[in-house]
Amino acid sequence: MAGLTLRNVGKRYGALSIIQGLNLGIHDGEFLVLVGPSGCGKSTLLRMIAGLEDISEGTISIGGKVVNDLPASKRELSMVFQSYALYPHMSVRKNLAFGLQNFKVSRSEVERRVAEAARILQIEQLMDRKPRQLSGGQKQRVAIGRSIVREPQLFLFDEPLSNLDAELRVQMRAELASLYARLGTTMIYVTHDQVEAMTMASRIVVLRGGKIEQLGTPQDLYTRPQNLFVAGFIGSPKINMLQAKATREAGRTVVSVAGMPDFAIAELPTGDQALTLCVRPSSLRVGSGDVTGEGTIRLVEYLGSETLLHIALSSGQVLLVSDNGRTSYRMGDPVTIGFDLPDLHYFDSTGQRIEPIQKESQAQ
Amino acid sequence: MKRFFARNAPAYVFLLPWLIGFFLLALGPILASLYLSFTRYDMVSAPRWIGWGNYEYMFTRDRRFWKALEVTFTYVALAVPARLIMALGVAMLLDKGLRTIGLYRAIFYLPSLLGASIAIAILWRQLFAADGVVNQVLAMVGIQGASWITDPDTSLYTLVVLAMWQFGSPMLIFLAGLRGIPRDLYEAAEIDGTPRWRQFTRITLPLLAPVIFFNLVLQTIDSFKTFSSAFIISNGTGAPADSLLFYTVYLFNEAFKFFRMGYASALAWFLLVIIATFTAIAFFTSKYWVHYENERD
Repeated sequence: MAGLTLRNVGKRYGALSIIQGLNLGIHDGEFLVLVGPSGCGKSTLLRMIAGLEDISEGTISIGGKVVNDLPASKRELSMVFQSYALYPHMSVRKNLAFGLQNFKVSRSEVERRVAEAARILQIEQLMDRKPRQLSGGQKQRVAIGRSIVREPQLFLFDEPLSNLDAELRVQMRAELASLYARLGTTMIYVTHDQVEAMTMASRIVVLRGGKIEQLGTPQDLYTRPQNLFVAGFIGSPKINMLQAKATREAGRTVVSVAGMPDFAIAELPTGDQALTLCVRPSSLRVGSGDVTGEGTIRLVEYLGSETLLHIALSSGQVLLVSDNGRTSYRMGDPVTIGFDLPDLHYFDSTGQRIEPIQKESQAQ
Repeated sequence: MKRFFARNAPAYVFLLPWLIGFFLLALGPILASLYLSFTRYDMVSAPRWIGWGNYEYMFTRDRRFWKALEVTFTYVALAVPARLIMALGVAMLLDKGLRTIGLYRAIFYLPSLLGASIAIAILWRQLFAADGVVNQVLAMVGIQGASWITDPDTSLYTLVVLAMWQFGSPMLIFLAGLRGIPRDLYEAAEIDGTPRWRQFTRITLPLLAPVIFFNLVLQTIDSFKTFSSAFIISNGTGAPADSLLFYTVYLFNEAFKFFRMGYASALAWFLLVIIATFTAIAFFTSKYWVHYENERD
């Protein structure tokens, strides 16, 4: 096992900068997820760590050793690819053993490790099949098995579940989490799926445009997003964003949102200004709250365990409300919706999080 | 039946030019040559049926036939692997992602377009002549070159070199095949510390096997049919000392120099048998070494 440190790491293709001055410390034994939209540089970063891409600037250290100039094979890591990258002409057994044969591992040791990986991943009955005879999930297990047999210091996963169907993805997610619990090896996992990130990570790095937007535990990112991008990216269904105006009034701040009554909060450090208020669909309630407003149901999505209501305020803005699923609603019904002040997130005009010093109750 | 033709008449009208071409210019002559191969025919008097006579003569009494076979088989055995290795090597170089790859592809393909032409064969004859460019270059480094084309020991090899030089078309096919091998297989191998040579033998070659097979069959057929370069370089005779007596050159001479059309037809049919046999062998053995990703089990 090994920790990993990235110092001022950058990647450029000619004039195009993909990653800029990135600093990141990954603890020994941590499951770190790199998440972000397409083109944010997450896969490039993973490939730089793997040694498949050159580093334009900065240093990468694995286990305290700078590896900038070390070839991929000397970095003691293994990687699971999105496409599985299984050798199509080799059986599962040969796929698992192929990499080990380059490292002067004895034949009996190769057999032991292959058998052990097959047992852990429950692919023993597939050992003589070719990849084309396997389902997507089985291929993914073999790809993971190929990583395990190397007994690396560091596992890298490049969107390993994105080629699987939804059901299998959930299953493999759980299996990967239990594999991590079992091996305890440092893992770096790239995904664009924030659900994968939230469910598996010890910590998450949210990337955008080659820069870190926020680094933290899944709870940190969900409950205290540092900027609008992270607020919008983390959480499903997506967070509600409302344009608001803050006005300082006698030691407190009054917040105005179109379609909702004004309400007062403790003073904001930034004073009078345009704000963005965010509130998660699960924090909005039908019928009650510190602040309530009137709206009309535009769409009802019944999901069993919850019902998603699309409710239009008088201003025309549509809010997403996650209800417990026990009440029936009809499109066109008028409803009262409300939220509690502690559940609000405030962002200034540059999109950065701001904290009111102390929140007060609704004042009409 | 009548209604069937009436309903499909427009289709047949459109097919007619091709059908005429096929029956008059392809199938007709093919069947005629099969018939002629059992006759004695000098293009002046009517063909005379002699049964298996031509074939019997070919296998039992015609020494030049055996010489032609020897020259052709030697050429195929040398030229096909040489051209394929050259083609694969250049394709792998071009696969490195050069920016000017389009230009290089065109430049390398050019000899294949020109290769079969008379001009290139004449150029080749001059390059390898006793006082040709090759010997002049060798003389600069103090080597006394042979008279490559007029020496029976070396003449065939000049044609093998010409064949190597015409690697353009298999190279393009190899390049397409190489492009079809997913990059991440090599990246996975890289992370696993697989040396380049092992990547080539364990990943590239097996995954390229269908393309190698395709090129092998095509080039083998093509090489058995080699004619114009041998004809030009040997002045149409197969000289020196029959060392360039390619099967097709021999066949051509029998047909159009000595007007032994019946015998030439028999030679042509036997060439078909040879090519068909080699193709069949290639297909039969392919199941042991060609891997198709999408084949059914």
